[in-house]
Amino acid sequence: MNLIVDIAWTHIRSRARQTGFAVAGVATGVGFSIMMASLMQGSQDDFTNRLVNAMPAITVSDDRRAAPPQPAEAHYAAAEIRGLTPEARRRGIKNPLAIMASLESWLPGYIAPSVKVQGIIRYANQDVATSIIGIDPRRETLVSDLPKQMRGATLTALYRATNAIIIGDRLAEKIGARIGANLTVQTSLGTRINAQVVGYFHSGVRQIDETSAYVQTRTGQVLARQTGLINELHLRLRDPMAARETAARIEKDTGYKSVSWQEAHEDLISTFVIRNLIMYTVVGAILLVASFGTYNIISTITHEKARDIAIMKSLGLSERKVRSVFVLEALIVGLGGAVLGFLLGYLLCLALGSIRISNPFVDADRLPLAYDAQHYALAGLVALVSSGLAGYAPARKAARVHPVEIIRGAT
Amino acid sequence: MIAAAPELSAPAGFAARPIIEAKGVSRILPGIVPVTLVHDINIEIGANEFVAITGPSGSGKSSLLYLLGLLDLPTTGEVSIDGRATTEMREEERARVRLAKLGFVFQFHFLLPEFSILENVTLPMRALGALSARQMTQRGEGLLAALGLAEHRHKRPDQLSGGQRQRVAVARALANEPPVILADEPTGSLDSRASEQVFELLQNLALNQGKTVVAVTHDLSIAARMWRRVELVDGRIVSDIRTDFDRGAGKNVENRP
Ligand SMILES: Nc1ncnc2c1ncn2[C@@H]1O[C@H](COP(=O)(O)OP(=O)(O)OP(=O)(O)O)[C@@H](O)[C@H]1O
Ligand SMILES: [Mg+2]
Repeated sequence: MNLIVDIAWTHIRSRARQTGFAVAGVATGVGFSIMMASLMQGSQDDFTNRLVNAMPAITVSDDRRAAPPQPAEAHYAAAEIRGLTPEARRRGIKNPLAIMASLESWLPGYIAPSVKVQGIIRYANQDVATSIIGIDPRRETLVSDLPKQMRGATLTALYRATNAIIIGDRLAEKIGARIGANLTVQTSLGTRINAQVVGYFHSGVRQIDETSAYVQTRTGQVLARQTGLINELHLRLRDPMAARETAARIEKDTGYKSVSWQEAHEDLISTFVIRNLIMYTVVGAILLVASFGTYNIISTITHEKARDIAIMKSLGLSERKVRSVFVLEALIVGLGGAVLGFLLGYLLCLALGSIRISNPFVDADRLPLAYDAQHYALAGLVALVSSGLAGYAPARKAARVHPVEIIRGAT
Repeated sequence: MIAAAPELSAPAGFAARPIIEAKGVSRILPGIVPVTLVHDINIEIGANEFVAITGPSGSGKSSLLYLLGLLDLPTTGEVSIDGRATTEMREEERARVRLAKLGFVFQFHFLLPEFSILENVTLPMRALGALSARQMTQRGEGLLAALGLAEHRHKRPDQLSGGQRQRVAVARALANEPPVILADEPTGSLDSRASEQVFELLQNLALNQGKTVVAVTHDLSIAARMWRRVELVDGRIVSDIRTDFDRGAGKNVENRP
């Protein structure tokens, strides 16, 4: 065995109990870091999945990102006109069938047309502002999990009545409407129809379940007072994570605003960033505290072995070699801690994963946990590096000791 | 002992290049009241000498030995080993010179307590890294056998007597076959029988193996049996006497290289 490794190992063994504590400290830090990362990542993934499933990966709509330019602006480069009402425009996506056909030619996924109308659902003297979405049930099946989220009926129930409506289960609860109930749906345009509840849906995302309702495309067009109107295309992609790029391409190709689910939930995603920042801070603090233990043991050993250090130096071991002995000891502590910490972290995750819980926002009954090798690698790496750094200071000091001072003292 | 006039005792006739040479070496400890450990030391020690450094307690014997052995740096002056000036060397390089050219024996054995006798002896070889593991073990066992310690090679230092430990320390000093052994009161903590054994061991190194041995001692009967006596008083060399004529004291002189 290499001399430095040999000496380092001997020192560690001579202080087995104290080294054990230092290792346990690092292991605890690594273990809890892994658990926390797994929990954070797990809940984030879980939430993301729900979002991805609850809504289309991409929504193409006839909205504009900015008011259209005034005609004069288009003609005269220098002109800038303010304060004029923008030109009125016929609503809806022009030629939706042609656009759908052209998108389908390259898109790795499915498209469904829909009509989205803001309205008020009125039942038993209660008014609830609701997004009413007119869908083609057959196509919708391809792009959303709505069929799976149906309660009390299937999506085809929409065909059952002329003005059939499917409402979110929380909305139903709120207004007390059961299947068969007759609601009044009213829009800002003044359209007003009677609709019959034929089923509920439950997406698991509270906000959606409280404020959305589905009708057939035709009903939606009646509410919007425009026959043939399609103002949203819903897309599902085989790879939801590619939504951002795909949306950009669609927007460029068609000129219609295409919003990926990520963009639609920018605020949530930035919340995740903050959450992760908090997590890394806490995890970093845990690992830092753990490295104090390493510092402690290495300091103790260097003090205890001051004479041995003097001997080694007097024999002709260089400062660098003596230093590496103690840095290596610190790394051994770090490595031991990391390996034990991996085990601890895994066990903690298993334990957490077996706890039943209830979550007010989403209806999971287990904590969502992500098992990701990256968490282990990162926690292990940080533990190693911080242990190495914690050991470096006392190692450097020890290696600088003048052997003569100790040899004099000992004789 | 009579302090001979320096001009009378100045060593002469050694044409060979000195293996250790100190020129104008002083060592002053800085502080509010600076302490001079040694002052203006000039000494040349050639190959295969057997030198005693003597003097009253506190006269700077140990300090001088540390300077000659590169364990300490002179405040002024230069120490050369084998013709190479050392004060300007990098720490790493000086360490290497120590490892290869110098062997130390102190009053206290200074063995590493957690390692076996054999491991202690092979440690400098491993630090130098010139031999294979097998060669190291072989040489270590050879050294221990030559010093009558073969059966103790797997014991720990604390399982040995003081004299045995000191002999192990000598074996360790010889590990890398350095031309020079520096010893600071190597028999200081031993009883007379063990002292005699260790002394004969050092004498044998000079006599039969061509080593240069420099030993600090305040035992004048021991110093009297060595071939050259350097006496220090207050950090200065006051006499330096060669008595080469009693070299070997009737033993096999032809054996010298
Ligand atoms: N760190 C120090 N601080 C102050 N004085 C010191 C220090 N080290 C040594 N000295 C002094 O320097 C002088 C030389 O010390 P040194 O140990 O070289 O003497 P010595 O001849 O080896 O003595 P001894 O025979 O007792 O071992 C002594 O007077 C000692 O007290
Ligand atoms: Mg001394």
